[in-house]
Amino acid sequence: MTNPALHMSNVRKVYRMADTEVVALDHAELTVASDEIVALVGPSGSGKTTLCSIAGGILSATEGSVVVGDEEITSYNDKQLTTFRQNQVGFVFQSVNLVPFLTARENLLVVDELGRRQGKPARQRADRLLEELGLTDRAKNLPSQLSGGQKQRVAIGRALMNEPKLVLFDEPTSALDTELGMQVMELIRAEMKSRGTAAIVVTHDERITTYCDRTVHIIDGVLAA
Amino acid sequence: MKLALRELIRRPGRFITATLILTLIAVLLMFLGGLLDGLTRSATGAVRAQDVDAIVYSDASQASFLRSRIEPATRTRIEQLDGITETGGLGVVQLGARVPGNGPRDLADVAVWGYQLAPIGVPDPPAPGLAWADKLLAADGVEIGDELLVGPARTPITVVGWVENTSYNGQSGLWTDVDTWRQVLAANRPDAVLADDVFQALVVRGEGADVDVVNAIEAADDDLLALTVPDAINQIPGVTEQQTTFNQILGVTVVIALVVIALFFALLTVERTALYGVMKAIGARSRTIFAGLVAQAVVVTLIAATIAGLAVIVLDLLIPPGSIPLYISVARIVTSIVLLLFAAVVGCAFSLRRVLRVDPASALGSSQ
Repeated sequence: MTNPALHMSNVRKVYRMADTEVVALDHAELTVASDEIVALVGPSGSGKTTLCSIAGGILSATEGSVVVGDEEITSYNDKQLTTFRQNQVGFVFQSVNLVPFLTARENLLVVDELGRRQGKPARQRADRLLEELGLTDRAKNLPSQLSGGQKQRVAIGRALMNEPKLVLFDEPTSALDTELGMQVMELIRAEMKSRGTAAIVVTHDERITTYCDRTVHIIDGVLAA
Repeated sequence: MKLALRELIRRPGRFITATLILTLIAVLLMFLGGLLDGLTRSATGAVRAQDVDAIVYSDASQASFLRSRIEPATRTRIEQLDGITETGGLGVVQLGARVPGNGPRDLADVAVWGYQLAPIGVPDPPAPGLAWADKLLAADGVEIGDELLVGPARTPITVVGWVENTSYNGQSGLWTDVDTWRQVLAANRPDAVLADDVFQALVVRGEGADVDVVNAIEAADDDLLALTVPDAINQIPGVTEQQTTFNQILGVTVVIALVVIALFFALLTVERTALYGVMKAIGARSRTIFAGLVAQAVVVTLIAATIAGLAVIVLDLLIPPGSIPLYISVARIVTSIVLLLFAAVVGCAFSLRRVLRVDPASALGSSQ
């Protein structure tokens, strides 16, 4: 049996502000199988993004255990978390956030430049991803020359460049119209399933959940299956 | 770093303002440096050209040629010291000279030197009544063969050839034999007239290092002031003050460059906070981002300094020789570039804290 892509056990995240404590995530238990797509649904401020940030090694949990693939990251320092993010997870952000002065292909390769520095294999992987995402003819275009959907596809390609165990999608369709949003979700599902890569999709939109294997709700930092 | 350089190439417009401002600052830095070097050369060239180990003045003279007296007996004592190989008398008088073809009030400022040991670039003393003239006098209309009438007594001296970089206190050198110099001194500065064989100063060559020669002379006679050539240069009235003043202005200019770079890259960092958040989220280290900033600052500064260097070289070629004391040297340009690069790196350092504080969580909107 393969290890789950993510196992969070009894995870708490507490922010301290002056004399008060804000509990952003309260004793969260979540396991995502190695090829599972989980929708994480909840209102604003419910702790969705905090959970994603902890799972992706951007934030450290105040308490509890976080294991991604076979890596226990709970006690990692900033440097270890950076290396972990370079190698084990992919991110697709809400507002896309491609590097504006790099072409679509270079936006994929930036992951290699910042991390593994594989060179030729990375270039071949970028070309293959662009082909799979239908962007071969846009490889040399800057983000300003791409449509919203194309930008989102480049962002998905960038998230897959390091062959991650887990990809975290933060509201991936919020900047797209309904039809384009659905197309992007179809693409995400196809890409994740074809690779056997796990994903967590953070969303407000219940329609997105139909593209996911399972939906987890979160309210006030508490997960409810 | 590759990313940062790619941004410079693809979005040069973002860096044009900073490059232009830095170019102007670099021109100012190099031009002021050139003026300092020019002024220093025009004040010290004649002393700098002395190819000797020591220049000896009388102790009470405070290294002023006009106040100094070296008697023949003193010279003999110095020549008898161990390690002394050669001595030469030296004297100067600063006067105005009438140039043929110029108006009666259009005087050329000259320093008439009498010498026995030839300085660097100056031939052996010419025949009486003749002089080697500093080439700067050409800017006053002097030509080889001209007879200059020196001082209020209008003592005639004929120019027989050019020498370079031999000005003293901003006055162009006229290098004569000691008898001609004595004549000029006696005719135009009777208050400073010297007996035969008495000189204002003595230039001394010896064995070993210049400081050893200086120490030997000083130890032998309490009434003498012996200086190495570099020390004698610094003792010329006004030279140290001039250098201190200019160096302070140059220092302020470097600080201005530093502030410009610091502000520009601080603004860029603020503007890029979201992008840096994303880059950190996907695995960029703070040091990678900061190295990119420094690389951009260094490239922008190098471009600005190179343009400025070329501009001041062109300026130097366009300005007529002798009109202003500007001396542009490779050393001055390279020093200015090094100072500006230092300012670039230090200026960028002000953005380091901001780069370190960029939270990768901001990419996901969960920074708190």
